[in-house]
Amino acid sequence: MSINVDARGLNCPQPVIATKKALDSIAEGVITTIVDNAVSKENVVKFAKSNSCDVSVAEKGNHFYITITKGEANGLVESTQAIPETMGGTHVFLITQNTFGHGSSELGTVLIKSFFFTMVEKEPLPKTVLFANSGVKLTVQGSPVLDHLQALAARGVEILSCGTCLDYYQLKEQLAVGGITNMYTIMDEITAHKAVTL
Amino acid sequence: MNIKLTQYAANGGCACKIGPNALSHVLRQLTPPCDPNLLVGIDTSDDGGVYKLNETTALIQTLDFFSPIVDDPYLFGQIAAANSLSDVYAMGGKPLTAMNIVAFPLAQLDGSVLLAILKGGQDKVTEAGAIIVGGHSVYDKEPKYGLSVTGTVHPDRVLTNAAAVPGDLLILTKALGTGVLATAAKANLFATGVEAAKSSMITLNKTAAECMDKFQVHACTDVTGFGLLGHLYEMAAGSKTAAEVNSQVLPLLPDALAAAAMGLIPSGAYGNRDYLKSVSFAGTVPENLRDLCFDPQTSGGLLMSVPESQAQGLLAALQAAGVASATVIGKMTAPGRGEIHVY
Repeated sequence: MSINVDARGLNCPQPVIATKKALDSIAEGVITTIVDNAVSKENVVKFAKSNSCDVSVAEKGNHFYITITKGEANGLVESTQAIPETMGGTHVFLITQNTFGHGSSELGTVLIKSFFFTMVEKEPLPKTVLFANSGVKLTVQGSPVLDHLQALAARGVEILSCGTCLDYYQLKEQLAVGGITNMYTIMDEITAHKAVTL
Repeated sequence: MNIKLTQYAANGGCACKIGPNALSHVLRQLTPPCDPNLLVGIDTSDDGGVYKLNETTALIQTLDFFSPIVDDPYLFGQIAAANSLSDVYAMGGKPLTAMNIVAFPLAQLDGSVLLAILKGGQDKVTEAGAIIVGGHSVYDKEPKYGLSVTGTVHPDRVLTNAAAVPGDLLILTKALGTGVLATAAKANLFATGVEAAKSSMITLNKTAAECMDKFQVHACTDVTGFGLLGHLYEMAAGSKTAAEVNSQVLPLLPDALAAAAMGLIPSGAYGNRDYLKSVSFAGTVPENLRDLCFDPQTSGGLLMSVPESQAQGLLAALQAAGVASATVIGKMTAPGRGEIHVY
């Protein structure tokens, strides 16, 4: 059973209601809801998850195609699950500078690129990577490791930059990956988990 | 009369507020006025303006209006008025006079609908002990209603949102979730929660405000379109403090968590979330509870920042006066720039 719900042009909460109607009408199967804005996308994904369905999102142009799998068919699309939650490990990295180690900054830049490249490749992934001081230069536009960090974020790794540091370097507007955090969260993260500081 | 007012509104209630990001971008291009008698101006994102008339009286002026958040016109009028009056209470004042602001499609909708809206507004203004002295109306396809309210306060008793002190405890007087439940109402879901939200939205903050008189409240604001965390951010940033919120004790309207989990979340909540970059959440706070922290409230409660030594006394006074949802939800932790940690 496969149903398409075209919810483009509909105001909140109509995309959720239309998806609910389709989902209620089947015992199992796949529903694809199409929406044209990020708010509707987030709401339909939340709705699908709250009904214990598998959900994946594909973005085409300005439109989002949300594939929702209900019932027995559920296991079939596991590999396309939108937000993987079990791939990551439990460790945390605290990155306090924009190069790897002390010494030549040229070598340090080469090494930091290699470091994040390896992080993407090697499981288990960290739970969270925290960036502070000049480390925040790695999470903003023009960063040499932006691709790697975006790959980590897409695989469920939390990327957080220190807000005070972004302010200090006047980089807040250029933040290109992850969220902003503060010293409370940094303290929580490095005390509650196995933390490695660079 | 079977009118569905919300069908005429793209975004109802405080969810139709212009986002904080877009607004601050525009407002910072204006030069704020400078006058020795202006006690509170536009520069601190406060609830209303306060102008000192003499040594014993200052004038509070505030204005708020929005498109329908509920279908019933009388109820809409009551909610809009309670919401408008709230800004005066949040500044520590008493409402004196009010003027109606009306936008209405009189060609498409019957005059009796407008009458019901105005009656709802008038009844709440009367309950507040104030009077309506006039107003202004324009033709508009989308109905809108609200009030400009004038109140008075002693110049030494003005409560701003910018005088909280590290160590203060934070008290919230109404349960959260009106934005999510207004969205649920449009979907004909969660009837229990929707009714509770309506009853909360027509409740004046008058009693809660009167309780503050006997205590040394440092700062106060009302929680409306920017959500709990948006208004807490304004208070903390204005007061140069950092704050923390215990999400496990937050007062929530019935069904609000379930409605949020279902994705019945108004776009304003996402706007608030995306604007507030200095908020961090402990990993244990579930997504639906995070969403409620950003949920735009219509006619929400007062958020008070109180010295720790007085918090329990004020809380007891609030509850004794019937403000049953009043809860200590967190504290101002340290000097800062509006950082908020939710655990």
